Amino acid sequence: MSITSATASELLAKMNSGEISSEEITSACLDEISRRDGSINAFLSVQQEAALEKAREVDRKRKAGKPLGKLAGLPVALKDNICSEGVTTTCASKMLEHFVPPYDAHIVEQLKAADAVLIGKTNLDEFAMGSSTENSAFKTTTNPWNTAYAAGGSSGGSAAAVSAGFAPLALGSDTGGSIRQPASFCGVVGLKPTYGRVSRYGLVAFASSLDQIGPFARDVTDAALILGTIAGKDRRDTTSLDAAVPEYTSTLEQPLKNLKVGYIELLHEEGLHAEVKEATLRALDVYKSLGAEMVPITLPHAKYCVATYYIIAPSEASSNLARYDGVHYGYRAPHFENMIDMYAASRGEAFGDEVKRRIMLGTYALSSGYYDAYYLKALKVRRLIRNDFEQAFQSVDIIATPVTPTPAFTIGELVDDPLAMYLADIFTTSANLSGIPGISIPAGMSKNNLPIGLQLLAPPLEEERLLRAARMFERETDWHLKRPV
Amino acid sequence: MSVSLSQDDVLKVASLSRLKLSEAEVNSLGQQMGSVLKYIAMLDELNTDAIEPMAHAIEISNVFREDELQTSLPREKALSNAPQTDGNYFLVPAIL
Repeated sequence: MSITSATASELLAKMNSGEISSEEITSACLDEISRRDGSINAFLSVQQEAALEKAREVDRKRKAGKPLGKLAGLPVALKDNICSEGVTTTCASKMLEHFVPPYDAHIVEQLKAADAVLIGKTNLDEFAMGSSTENSAFKTTTNPWNTAYAAGGSSGGSAAAVSAGFAPLALGSDTGGSIRQPASFCGVVGLKPTYGRVSRYGLVAFASSLDQIGPFARDVTDAALILGTIAGKDRRDTTSLDAAVPEYTSTLEQPLKNLKVGYIELLHEEGLHAEVKEATLRALDVYKSLGAEMVPITLPHAKYCVATYYIIAPSEASSNLARYDGVHYGYRAPHFENMIDMYAASRGEAFGDEVKRRIMLGTYALSSGYYDAYYLKALKVRRLIRNDFEQAFQSVDIIATPVTPTPAFTIGELVDDPLAMYLADIFTTSANLSGIPGISIPAGMSKNNLPIGLQLLAPPLEEERLLRAARMFERETDWHLKRPV
Repeated sequence: MSVSLSQDDVLKVASLSRLKLSEAEVNSLGQQMGSVLKYIAMLDELNTDAIEPMAHAIEISNVFREDELQTSLPREKALSNAPQTDGNYFLVPAIL
């Protein structure tokens, strides 16, 4: 296996045995980026010099036998809505085109402490609002399996970077599926942890009660490895949870005994693609063959998830994005009549269509006369959605579902139909609304040679169970070994 | 629940949102918001009278910490991304 297609664990083993250096790995990734990112468009910026410098530092430390962090010498890509001190963080928006954060996000501190090599900042839908990166103000990321297709979104750049061989690991954020959906489209592992498992300090806020940072990796082991380095309480994010972080990698190879897998009856009428349905049913058969018990469950309020999500997320976004006022940072319009006009002109000129749409929807839902009918109603339905999961997890350990109704769609296919794009989030938003962890793992290929993912869900803070269950499937299958040609 | 937005509605929400929109944007947003609101109206099927609203999925409250002195962002760093500054303050257009 070549350097750029190897897993992080394989690369770590090779560095530890002296077979390869971090500088060689980092150079190989940088070469691959300069050779192919012109057509993939995964990166908004590449920190070539800083990455090579860090790689050499790790190599020196390793040679001298000094203590090293858990990710020592491994290139990691960061979604460009995660603040990194001194490195432009644009959120793929003209609003923040020249924004250079004066501090590191909590997870960036953690990655630096783990001796990771931060290689570059990846493309996304503007402010993480979208499912295809087509809402990026700068470029559209293509699917490494076929560049006519979308990489997914909003963390499409991070998913494509791991899939294309640009970095063995990447970080993204997931507000309604923005890690799991692109992971599924690009054929990599994507994990959204429990709400609060990872500090959001330094993640540019979209919808604060739903946002969560998580990893992309080439297999489950690597996802466990990086989750262990970024999870944990951080006093700067008061919603981060004060719960012990298990050694996820140490239990990963132990299959779960008497596993009960919950599944929902899948209907074609819900716009579910036949090949996605087949892949999901095949995955259930894999668990059955391992002795797991299949338990049919119902989530009576699942069909209300997208509607609930598209009230709550835009409402929180309209409030969070009020900070872009052309005063403290970000774009200021060159011409305006007065203070209020300066705000409106700056925001009108620098925000893209989808961001404006969501600010408008959210402002509408929160405005006088509509608050009870929309926002308050959605918060109540949100509780019903979470109650469904609590009920289901009384009788099952994990739940298996598709990640998306279809394999990757083509670039341009849904971009003019916002509602159709929103409906593609039907299987993913529920985990954000109810705060539970979810993972997307490779579980099939379509006739068009595009990856299909399987989503597993677990109760809050049960990432260990989730990863072990995912690893059980991975050991029996070879979907995770496939790489785009 | 309204299912389509008039031009006046759109302009009112745009003003609350502090967004200056072109005429074309006003028209397209009216249509697009209308179709999303129509879809969202499915929540009306549910009787939620007895349900407590849930703002956060993992419900925690009163997160306390010690009141300790810490260094904050130095002024020049805090001002480093400002569109207009005199080195001490953020500068804005005259308000009065």
